[in-house]
Amino acid sequence: MATVEAVRPVIQTTAARGLWSDAFARLRKNRLAMVGLVLVIILLLLAIFGPIFAPYPYQAQDLKAVVANGNRPVHPGDAHHILGTDQIGRDLLSRLMDGARISMSVAIVVQVVVLLIGVPIGALAGWFGGRIDNFLMRFTDVMYAFPDLLFIILLSVAFRETPFGRAMDGLLVVFVAIGLTIWVTVARLVRGQLLALKETEFVEAARAIGVSDRKIVTKHLLPNGIGPVIVAVTLGIPAAILAESTLAYIGIGVKAPRASWGSLIADGQRLIRSDPHLVLFPGIFIAVALISFTFLGDGLRDALDPKLKGKQ
Amino acid sequence: MVTDDSVSEGDAPTIIEVSPDDARRVQTPTEAGANKRPKADKLLKVSGLSTHFFTPDGVVQAVDDVSFDLGYGETLGLVGESGCGKSVTALSIARLVPNPPGRIVSGEIVFDGIDILKLNPTEMRHLRGKEIGFIFQDPLTSLNPTLTIGFQIAESIREHLGLPKEAARDRVVELLSKVGIPRARERLNDYPFQFSGGMRQRVMIAIALACDPKLILADEPTTALDVTIQAQILELISRLSDEFHTAVLMITHDLGIAAGMCDRINVMYAGKIVETGSVDELFEKPRMPYSWGLLDSLPRLDDVRGDRLRTIEGLPPLLIHPPDACRFEPRCRFSRDICRQDEPELTQRGDSRHYARCWATQPDGWIS
Repeated sequence: MATVEAVRPVIQTTAARGLWSDAFARLRKNRLAMVGLVLVIILLLLAIFGPIFAPYPYQAQDLKAVVANGNRPVHPGDAHHILGTDQIGRDLLSRLMDGARISMSVAIVVQVVVLLIGVPIGALAGWFGGRIDNFLMRFTDVMYAFPDLLFIILLSVAFRETPFGRAMDGLLVVFVAIGLTIWVTVARLVRGQLLALKETEFVEAARAIGVSDRKIVTKHLLPNGIGPVIVAVTLGIPAAILAESTLAYIGIGVKAPRASWGSLIADGQRLIRSDPHLVLFPGIFIAVALISFTFLGDGLRDALDPKLKGKQ
Repeated sequence: MVTDDSVSEGDAPTIIEVSPDDARRVQTPTEAGANKRPKADKLLKVSGLSTHFFTPDGVVQAVDDVSFDLGYGETLGLVGESGCGKSVTALSIARLVPNPPGRIVSGEIVFDGIDILKLNPTEMRHLRGKEIGFIFQDPLTSLNPTLTIGFQIAESIREHLGLPKEAARDRVVELLSKVGIPRARERLNDYPFQFSGGMRQRVMIAIALACDPKLILADEPTTALDVTIQAQILELISRLSDEFHTAVLMITHDLGIAAGMCDRINVMYAGKIVETGSVDELFEKPRMPYSWGLLDSLPRLDDVRGDRLRTIEGLPPLLIHPPDACRFEPRCRFSRDICRQDEPELTQRGDSRHYARCWATQPDGWIS
């Protein structure tokens, strides 16, 4: 009897909610995840509206201020440049805000590429199994084994002079290249989900009422397996941001005068002793972005895990 | 055993009767000439059906040369213990046997005049859900947890009848009320986890009935439910099958259920039908020791309190390389040499449609 009493309140609270609102309710109880979510929203707003509110255009040079400072970068706390400027008088805050745009487009474009490639390949492999599965999975193994950096460099060099290579200030090709190197994880995840789900009885039940294979996969299986994919995508975003920053640091991707957070660090490191703010602030931005997406991803994993239903 | 003269080989095998109420539906090419189709005298004729599973350990002959037929609106029980091939028979009729490893290796299944083993996968898909409904054993896992009840019932209506959204919705509400779900309209957007086990089985029945099928394959529909709910669900199935004039193939291991629900019963053992007859014949004078064992293992009102329930000793044989002998012989108390040497045929008992596969109860046998 005691167990019956204990279970009842849980049933009643969950019965009032749908599947997704239920997950969101669990997410809201997770303080770290909510911090992550708020920071992610701030970063997104910064990326969308930042350049409008930025004190200066990102490429504008305030040479007077630099000359007045004895040809040194203006340091943070200046009346006109809150976070200071670089050596040729470009406002660091404005450049960071523009960099947010780059980092957020990395986050979105790369994950779109990952989903567009990873989900269909994983779904086909998982659903059909057998020879198709074998072929697709060996292909993903090859992609996985290929050196990422080399692949990205080759791709961006190969497409440098084409419209594709020039799109988005030369960033699109880098984003797509990053996406091409990390879709493997999602493909394997989706395949695993489908392998497990296609044996379930509701798939047999759907077959028994004459639902076509395509609809079984898209309407029955993918929505069931979407939770882990959302988590993987969210947790993949910091990796993509980091990859872009790394590439920018070694000079691949964003073209001057635009700067991503990574290339700001690369530019600033020569002056790291005299003017540490040029490295410090981009570093903080990168760290905050990575941490907020990671918190959010962890929170989503807990919220979307059906086994944790009712706990926490 | 079952001869079939109403459907000749030359007939287009894929003719589906169009009932007036779904005239709106788009006709598939296979339905052309629906009016010319000869009305079959039986809804379902299974003859010589063998379904084998090709496993690394060998070929499992899960269903071996099974023949039976089922009339329009009739309820037929398929009874036997676990692993005797009941479910595989039902899956074969719906052509849902997982392949690989399973395959229907021989036989003929004629459903409403259509040889369904000759249909291509798309034609078969149009038959499933529309003409043949399926009720599964476990309602807890047979509903998709991420889709609403309304969607899942409407799915086969949209798939097969092509009704507009509003009409489909009304039909779903009507079905839900029919299967006894209160406040049906409010529950359309609920998810399966918001329903109890019995309620979910009612939803499964609504799904099976959604397109007004001619046949429902009910695979142990009450095994996962507790006894009181079991009675309600059985009552519901039998009431609705009368109302919709739907034939039911009732698969169960419980002879009590079969007796209460069915017109006729097939007893299966080790992939073969070992006895078939009307409920009365089977309960009054079973002609196969396995049927005796099944009947004997039912608890009875006049049992002495504290006595152990009676069981059939031993286990059914492995269906890889079954012996060319009576398959029940190792567990049979009445077996003689002939039972080990030769396999008996399904032969008539008396002058009715009562058949049994047993040497001992044949007219010249040693049990009268």
